[in-house]
Amino acid sequence: MDNLTRLGLYKTMVLSRSFEEAILRDYHADKKPAWDIGAGLIPGEMHLSAGQEPVAAGVCAHLTADDAVTATHRPHHFAIAHGMDLKLLAAEIFGRETGLGKGRGGHMHLFDPSIHFSCSGIIAEGYPPALGQAFAFQHQGKNSVAVAVTGEGAANQGAFHESLNLAALWKLPVVFIVEDNDWAISVSRDASTSIRSNAVRATSYGLRGTRIQDNSVEGVWDAAKTAIERARAGEGPSLIEVQTVRLWGHFEGDAQAYRNDLDTLIDPIPAYANQLESDGILTPELVKGIAEDAKSRVDDAFEYAKSSPFPSAAEVGNYVFA
Amino acid sequence: MVLIDTSSASVSTRRLTTAKAMVEGISQEMERDPSVFVLGEDVGAYGGIFSSTTGLLERFGPHRVMDTPISETAFMGLATGAAVEGMRPIVELMFVDFFGVCMDQIYNHMAKIHYESGGNVKVPLVLMTAVGGGYSDGAQHSQCLWGTFAHMPGLKVVVPSNPFDAKGLMISAIRDDNPVVYMFHKGVMGLPWMAKNPRSLGPVPEKPYEVPIGKASVVRTGKDMTIVTLSLSVHHALDAADDLAQQGIDCEVIDLRSLVPLDREAVLESVSKTGRLLVVDEDYQSFGLSGELAAVVAETDPRLLKAPVSRLAIPDVPIPYSRTLEYAVLPTMERIVSAAKRVMA
Ligand SMILES: Cc1ncc(C[n+]2csc(CCOP(=O)(O)OP(=O)(O)O)c2C)c(N)n1
Ligand SMILES: [Mg+2]
Repeated sequence: MDNLTRLGLYKTMVLSRSFEEAILRDYHADKKPAWDIGAGLIPGEMHLSAGQEPVAAGVCAHLTADDAVTATHRPHHFAIAHGMDLKLLAAEIFGRETGLGKGRGGHMHLFDPSIHFSCSGIIAEGYPPALGQAFAFQHQGKNSVAVAVTGEGAANQGAFHESLNLAALWKLPVVFIVEDNDWAISVSRDASTSIRSNAVRATSYGLRGTRIQDNSVEGVWDAAKTAIERARAGEGPSLIEVQTVRLWGHFEGDAQAYRNDLDTLIDPIPAYANQLESDGILTPELVKGIAEDAKSRVDDAFEYAKSSPFPSAAEVGNYVFA
Repeated sequence: MVLIDTSSASVSTRRLTTAKAMVEGISQEMERDPSVFVLGEDVGAYGGIFSSTTGLLERFGPHRVMDTPISETAFMGLATGAAVEGMRPIVELMFVDFFGVCMDQIYNHMAKIHYESGGNVKVPLVLMTAVGGGYSDGAQHSQCLWGTFAHMPGLKVVVPSNPFDAKGLMISAIRDDNPVVYMFHKGVMGLPWMAKNPRSLGPVPEKPYEVPIGKASVVRTGKDMTIVTLSLSVHHALDAADDLAQQGIDCEVIDLRSLVPLDREAVLESVSKTGRLLVVDEDYQSFGLSGELAAVVAETDPRLLKAPVSRLAIPDVPIPYSRTLEYAVLPTMERIVSAAKRVMA
């Protein structure tokens, strides 16, 4: 793995984190003193992906804008790693007419056809549409692949199992990603799942299954490289499960009283910075520069979002039908 | 004037939130009947995302209060199967919007088994689920969808709007020998982290009591027009009625409380008196509750009406995320006032 690639992975993770730190700040800023989920410039549920950036960065490094990604209710890291325009993303989260979905969707419903990106708030329901995108790519003679993401909690949903079987049966160019962050809201993986590894489930359906045990961006990058190359070469679907970490609450406002692992969590971004520094790829100055660069891109996006108009109530009925 | 039917229970001054009233109802039934148990996502240590099960795990333990995997088809079916064998499950579907992943278990099994078995098999369970919008949760987490459930033969549907009814309807639902879909609006629960109507805290008797399923409640009497509504919209309608009273329009407000069975008599009795009907419904407008109520009047005697039936419902668009759009489709107090004035004009 070359230095430029490693640096690229780091930058992607930092950009995603920088974006989410800004969301975190603005989300809570105007919900005081009485915290009201529906109040403020960013209302509604907010699921942030801090800690899970290695998964998105490692996978999306192998994708182009012609490849599809179907993400979850926790979509920002994949959206950003897959190259979504930060301005359109921020404007959607701020509910503005200039957002990806003109304020109709919100943070769980991001649709960006220019990079074949979508996500859903219904658990595991991003897997089936990825099959269709992969099917279409195959029939259109394209070399593209579809990447479908879920959490480990979602892997107990029927749609997950049906999708694995169909993808293997029809040898579709799909790569399934499972982000195992140990938790599905308050329910731990061990309390919800009869076996330890979804790679085993994948194998039983005839897919190539891999489990990455350490939230390492380079481990994800390696596994994704193989899986995506195989998919492009028509060698069929794979599943990659990554042991990752949810650094923050399930959604913002989650007190996490159920959680007993909070002081064992390792933030993968400073950990990777340390690794790259000791390998002589990063310096403290570079780390600072990368953070500043990310922050200024995020600031621009937020500026754009906040100065954009709200949708007009008179147009609420637009886009129900084409 | 607010008329709450307290005839079935002693009048109480103790005040609870709707969420706490629901939990108290569940808890007292679990005490009384060992066949009652609770299952669903995050109903254990978390106490339910909308506090519908707070404290039950601590009180009754993990054999009667169970967190499930995110496998709605499996645990919805499990509830049905357990009910068939004589237990009385309370199964939570976290948001009603998620019914899509498990509807077969609900409408083809839970709802139809009693009929298909010629009455030989009973399915006594409660399917409780959170409904409604108003806090920018977007198109997949803000729907009411009670019309969808009420449309399916075999499911009773109850929709409490206040703490008193929440407890009484929960107890009735648990004791009922049919599957009862119990739909609670997040905005009536009295949650500390969401804007709340002052009436989400109210008097609740400590003793167990039933609120009869299928009986509406006249929550305000008036002579000029009947506003029929349910759930959170009851509060908006009451606020609107106060406002309209200042403008010389005297509204009667009916809280349906149950959709199945529907208290047609209560609606007809009121409309016979007022001659005007406005239905306020946070569910989608077409093919639903508002049309059903118009049909009730039309089929009985359209001459009861001095003005055409009017409906204020979600105008057949998905619930938008952005607040400006969402509040353009929700039946807010302001929109009820305007709609009522149009009925009187
Ligand atoms: C069908 C369905 N059931 C339940 C939910 C509620 N819900 C939202 S996120 C979540 C937990 C998901 O856990 P996991 O798949 O591990 O993803 P994570 O949140 O950890 O990223 C649940 C139960 C939902 N959105 N859709
Ligand atoms: Mg998880």
